[in-house]
Amino acid sequence: MNHSALADNITVAGLVVGIYVRDQDEAHDFYVGKLGFRVHTDARNGDYRWLTVQHPDQPSLQLGLFAPQPPTVDAATAQTLGEIVAKGAMPPLVLVVDDCRAAHERLLARGVEFTQEPTERYGSVDANFRDPSGNGWKMIEARKAGEAGRA
Amino acid sequence: MSASHDPELLRRLLRAKDRMDAASHEAWPVQRLARVSHVSAAHFARAFKDAFGLPPHRYLLTRRIERATALLRDTEMPILDIALQTGWNSLGTFGRTFRDITGESPRQVRARQRAATHALELVPGCFLSAAQRPDLTIAVSEKRRREAGDTVGAPNQKEDP
Repeated sequence: MNHSALADNITVAGLVVGIYVRDQDEAHDFYVGKLGFRVHTDARNGDYRWLTVQHPDQPSLQLGLFAPQPPTVDAATAQTLGEIVAKGAMPPLVLVVDDCRAAHERLLARGVEFTQEPTERYGSVDANFRDPSGNGWKMIEARKAGEAGRA
Repeated sequence: MSASHDPELLRRLLRAKDRMDAASHEAWPVQRLARVSHVSAAHFARAFKDAFGLPPHRYLLTRRIERATALLRDTEMPILDIALQTGWNSLGTFGRTFRDITGESPRQVRARQRAATHALELVPGCFLSAAQRPDLTIAVSEKRRREAGDTVGAPNQKEDP
């Protein structure tokens, strides 16, 4: 909805979006150690662990790295969710960068599993990689200002 | 839990699927895919089909057709070059398979795509190629047979690549 269409719109000061991962330690090492995110919150209560990371360039967004597990979901559902992630069937995540080829080179050197080399199309460059769990990321180069006006 | 539902195995099968996506013009015999997934060649095809709903060679075929369709749409490349670049050895096989799967010849698709207006440049290409892959739920040979009107034929035992 257009912002002006709703004069008394709520004010949003931040966002948390979560993904499922198969192992939170492994996901932590990937997102912090390889992608350059930082831990925002790491709170444990018994088996439960609320783990969110954020990128220093985008402090309004926290990415939750959550394990599908009881009692949040039942064991059978947790199993199914784990399968779905491992098959790469979750929706793609997007990382918009200023230089896709340079980012690819740097992340490749850190051992990130790329599933598509940087490719130029429609006037931009994009590459694909996956996290260890199977979540797919599209790394897209922001179009330069004045080209199409879109990131 | 059966082996085909093991997330660790599924993650390795996904790697084989990713490799086909990245280089669909290359030859992907089962032995090569099985090595990528660290699975025995004997179990690979079945495990892949269980995971992704279609046999690996048919998945590859749909990827190639999607790639060819994109090249027909987005480039001026001659159809023979598109055939060779997307993994076929001859124009004849490419044209026949393309028509069997899409119902149109490469030339017809190119003409129709040219005539249509597109807003697809707003969608990242990587989403597009996944979304426009033909949904090939039956073997090409079976599709061919059905379209020829022979609906009483025996279920196919062997699929054309």
